[in-house]
Amino acid sequence: MLDIRNISVSVGEGKERKPVLKDLSLHVEDGEVHVIFGPNGSGKTTLVQTMLGYPGYTIDSGKIEIDGADITQLPINERVARGLGVVFQHPPAVRGIKLNDMANLVLKKKNTDDVLPETADWAKRLNMEAFLKRDVNYGFSGGEKKRAEVMQIILQNPSFLLLDEPDSGVDVENVEIIGRLLNKFLQRDLKPQARKKAAVIITHLGYLLNFVKTDRAHVLCDGQFLCSGDPKEIYANILKNGFDKCQNSCLYSVREEAGCVVPDGTGRE
Amino acid sequence: MAMQDLDPSEFKTQAPDAHGQVSTLKELGDEMKAKLARLGLMIAEEAGAGTYLQRDQTTSLCSTRSKGVEVLPIRQALQRYDWLKDYSWVAVKADTDKFTRDAASAPPDVVQGYFVRGLKGQVERAPVQTCLYVESRSTKQVVHNIVIAEEGSEINIITGCLAHGGIGRAMHEGISEFYVKKGAKVTFTMIHEWQEQMEVRPRTAIVLDEGAAFINNYIALKPVGSIQSNPIAYLNGDNSRVMFQTILYGKGSSRMDLGSRAVLKGRNTSAEMVSRIITRDKADVVARGLIVGDAPGAKGHLECRGLLLSDTSRIDSIPELDAKNPDVNITHEAAVGKISPDEINYLMARGATEDEATSMIINGFLSFDLSELPPEIAKETKKLVDQTMKGL
Ligand SMILES: Nc1ncnc2c1ncn2[C@@H]1O[C@H](COP(=O)(O)OP(=O)(O)O)[C@@H](O)[C@H]1O
Ligand SMILES: [Mg+2]
Repeated sequence: MLDIRNISVSVGEGKERKPVLKDLSLHVEDGEVHVIFGPNGSGKTTLVQTMLGYPGYTIDSGKIEIDGADITQLPINERVARGLGVVFQHPPAVRGIKLNDMANLVLKKKNTDDVLPETADWAKRLNMEAFLKRDVNYGFSGGEKKRAEVMQIILQNPSFLLLDEPDSGVDVENVEIIGRLLNKFLQRDLKPQARKKAAVIITHLGYLLNFVKTDRAHVLCDGQFLCSGDPKEIYANILKNGFDKCQNSCLYSVREEAGCVVPDGTGRE
Repeated sequence: MAMQDLDPSEFKTQAPDAHGQVSTLKELGDEMKAKLARLGLMIAEEAGAGTYLQRDQTTSLCSTRSKGVEVLPIRQALQRYDWLKDYSWVAVKADTDKFTRDAASAPPDVVQGYFVRGLKGQVERAPVQTCLYVESRSTKQVVHNIVIAEEGSEINIITGCLAHGGIGRAMHEGISEFYVKKGAKVTFTMIHEWQEQMEVRPRTAIVLDEGAAFINNYIALKPVGSIQSNPIAYLNGDNSRVMFQTILYGKGSSRMDLGSRAVLKGRNTSAEMVSRIITRDKADVVARGLIVGDAPGAKGHLECRGLLLSDTSRIDSIPELDAKNPDVNITHEAAVGKISPDEINYLMARGATEDEATSMIINGFLSFDLSELPPEIAKETKKLVDQTMKGL
């Protein structure tokens, strides 16, 4: 279970410092998959990096809990040890470290250059076999980076998965491959009570949702959730109205939902 | 003090009979043996093609075990082969600078070094190991080496240059001339382990004929007082190629001015230069590279990457490309900086601690292409780099 309680986060230093997330809360039970929609710059990646504990993201108030334990002060790797796993929107290239080294890292197989059978298997399913011996993300296309990220994360096998635009820059065929693999990884094919994995998926493309069943969607605008509700309905409305007026993404039908504040369309609440 | 300010006449050479002979490296003292073993120089004594050990100006051991190569002390070789004078002080000119002049003017009976010859058509993958050991206090070691790979031959040399502990300020002046004939190949893996007060001035040139290949791997992982070296390869023959790989770890107050040069004179010649440099403490490294493209179809690439692990160290990368023909393709890339926090964070997000992430990045940074080397040399080289990494 993941619990984000009223966090406000700012980025940058000194004069450059600016608040990005504003008193934001999110609660994801084990076995649930939530999706976050939001325009560019609304704070989606900031939310992910904050949950991971990246330096440069200052939590001004609020806290983050995993399974009831406050992780707000933990370094990145200790959060990962508690079950967090991330697919990055823009993973960095690291010269001299091969994709296979990353696989061995998440599999906790140190001091070996061998390709383990499970790595070979997932690389094959994601069409990444030819990339295992290449420097991770170096010269990879956008889609190749995402497939490499998904491969690492499946091998890492976290109980709580954060996916920051796993589908952007990926061609439709590979979105389908990634979507189906994630759906299986997140145990969406099991009965709800049998599901253990939880996830937050950030996307602006609803296409991925054709393959990954999700429980709930949130619309993030200017560092706040404007509304929450049924993923398909919210997505349909975003398609119709776009994010131009952010609040248009929210539907009347979700207005009734408890805790969802929907503005009247004037831009003021 | 600028590198050229060093005065070679301040140092005195030892007499050629200052040290004794040994019939096997196993007879050496424990400190020397341990140092040689660390550099992978004990590997080849039985299985190798030949061994040469020079202590100061004494050739303590010289033996050949292969039919494909010949290893001789340079003085003996010059006496035995009259034709060898056509290769002595030819690739390296005696009046290049004050260090070459100093070495060239030393009494002939004092100068020692190795002569290694790959015999025509003989491919010998077993390593020839050579070792230049500076052993006496405040001494100057003067060395002159000549390596000739005859037509169609292959030789693989691993060489260690080291200094005995506690010898104070001392100097090494080393002239090396390589001649790689038609279709021949030489791999030359050189490991330097000097110490804080050594002043080192190697002067090296390589001449390549048609279809010849020269692969140079240079590794320096221990502190040194100062070293200045900038080998030059003349690719005279068509389709000849060189590769220079350099791994430097500058520590303490080491001053290193190191580079490589290639003159692509023949058609379709190629040069690849890759250097990886790590500095810490107050180390000061100048990394040079020069590729001259002077014939149609000449290709060259120069890549220099540096990691600064301290605020007080410096890496000055000076890549130079000189195209003298419109039909050449020469490129370079250089990147020098600190370890990127993004990369550390990324590895931590995959479960590594900060220290593990840092050492993975440094380790990966120093990985290099061992594919051209015979397996024994590749293995020892990798082991040496790995050991150093553990100590970082
Ligand atoms: N490290 C940072 N330094 C300065 N500004 C940042 C940083 N990270 C994010 N921002 C700013 O915060 C806002 C939210 O960015 P981000 O979370 O990346 O949005 P999204 O992922 O929704 O597109 C943007 O205005 C962005 O420019
Ligand atoms: Mg983003």
